[in-house]
Amino acid sequence: MLELRLYIAQRVSATIIAPLVLIHLGMMIYAIQGGLDAAEILARTRGSWWWAANYGLFVIAVAVHAAIGLRNVLREWLCLRGAVLGAVTWLSFALLLVTGLRAVFAVVMP
Amino acid sequence: MKPHRRQPLYLAFLLHRLSGLGLALFLPFHFYVLSLALDSEAELDGFLHWSQAPLVKLAESGLVFLLAIHLFGGLRLLALENMPWRDAYKNAAALAVAAAFFVACGFLLRAF
Repeated sequence: MLELRLYIAQRVSATIIAPLVLIHLGMMIYAIQGGLDAAEILARTRGSWWWAANYGLFVIAVAVHAAIGLRNVLREWLCLRGAVLGAVTWLSFALLLVTGLRAVFAVVMP
Repeated sequence: MKPHRRQPLYLAFLLHRLSGLGLALFLPFHFYVLSLALDSEAELDGFLHWSQAPLVKLAESGLVFLLAIHLFGGLRLLALENMPWRDAYKNAAALAVAAAFFVACGFLLRAF
């Protein structure tokens, strides 16, 4: 039952992430020309509810997706099982969620 | 080598898994760099200035390729799990690689 739930969570998070990655790729290709500078990036993102919602949702979905993906790799390639596997999965989820939301806060906070 | 590992679609699976692993390992570093803006804009600017070096730009293009190949490979996976496209698996895998190259090259051309 847990495996089925994780499978569904990974597919749902992937469906949420896909359009957000397309936006991110488009934005990177647009922004990289002429070099990047902090003022230019922050002028676009600071105080913007659109970017806060976009990247906030992105980070939450990525934390779910990546943690489940890492769990699959650890289970299938390193044969981790049980409590250790669960602990590593939750730790990677928490690390990505906390550092990701902190980064979003840093670039969108007015 | 096990027979299934000689299939082209095994390569597509491996590429999807390794690109995902690479992105998962890169993400905390990416988030750390962005959060430098919390302390001071100058710190973030210092890092961005360093990232203008040609080798770093090349590495960034590699990361863009990883992101693009994971996206298009993932879309292929979602399509084959949810749609009756069984005969088109290999074409979809090839298309995913081509699209990722296209995106990464676009990034590289704009970066230089």
